[in-house]
Amino acid sequence: MKSSVIIFPGSNCDRDMDVALKKFGFDNQMVWHNDVKIPKSDLIVLPGGFSYGDYLRCGSIAGKSRIIKSVIDFANSGGLVLGICNGFQILTETGLLPGILQQNKYLNFICKNVFVKIKNKENKYFKKIKKEVLELHIAHNEGNYFCSNDELKSIEDNNQIAVTYCDHEGNDDEKNNPNGALKNIAGIFNKDKNILGMMPHPERMIDPFLSGEDGSLFFENLIESL
Amino acid sequence: MKVKVIVTLKNGVLDPQGKAIQQTLNGMAFNNVSEVRQGKYFDIEINESDESKAKSQVEEMCKKLLANLVIEDYKIL
Repeated sequence: MKSSVIIFPGSNCDRDMDVALKKFGFDNQMVWHNDVKIPKSDLIVLPGGFSYGDYLRCGSIAGKSRIIKSVIDFANSGGLVLGICNGFQILTETGLLPGILQQNKYLNFICKNVFVKIKNKENKYFKKIKKEVLELHIAHNEGNYFCSNDELKSIEDNNQIAVTYCDHEGNDDEKNNPNGALKNIAGIFNKDKNILGMMPHPERMIDPFLSGEDGSLFFENLIESL
Repeated sequence: MKVKVIVTLKNGVLDPQGKAIQQTLNGMAFNNVSEVRQGKYFDIEINESDESKAKSQVEEMCKKLLANLVIEDYKIL
């Protein structure tokens, strides 16, 4: 399976993602933001970081970069596009995913492990994961998901909520909401479920000695599902 | 010519920075400050002498890049 990770100036999780994808069997290639074409891929990843220094709004400049048209074409043709953290912000800025990631409610940069509840397994990203709750890492200043009431209704009606912040037992209530995100949303799909954006970093949880292994479950499922 | 744009958060959208500024002002004895909303200001120098053409171009810029209409409104001054 071939994957491509797009590097923007200011991306800083691109190499972690490269390591993770390769560890679980992807033939991964790195693609520069100023390129026009993406090599043949089964999966495109927009990595975490601070693309273009977060100027204007997080992800807004990357959302207009040269490579993005190819990402949008790939996504619209049904290709799998995964955006992690800043990648999620870029996906909302391109309009591939609804809503926006605002500044965290209490104005703090949050860097810690959290639990997320998988809300929908009828898709390639979570299909064969047996657990209902995953422990993943978050590190962001703008992870407070927001959208209009109409958009939220459409997201819920189409089962587009992918993961929500919760405790280790899967209680996704306000008490377990780290950043003020609407409905504890940590990640969402597009309607067709081929595009996933999420704030937590599965690529940081692939080593039992350093962090944890719930990210491994994510990548193992991904390579099996493709 | 120069076109000026102000981008602000829509009414009802949480503005934690504005809130922090308001609380700080209150703490500095500006007790009558009841709300602060923070926004962005753009000075755009555009090589176009026709004012209405320039403004309609800036309007497009606002919709496509300068503002995110999910949470922000823009005003061309």
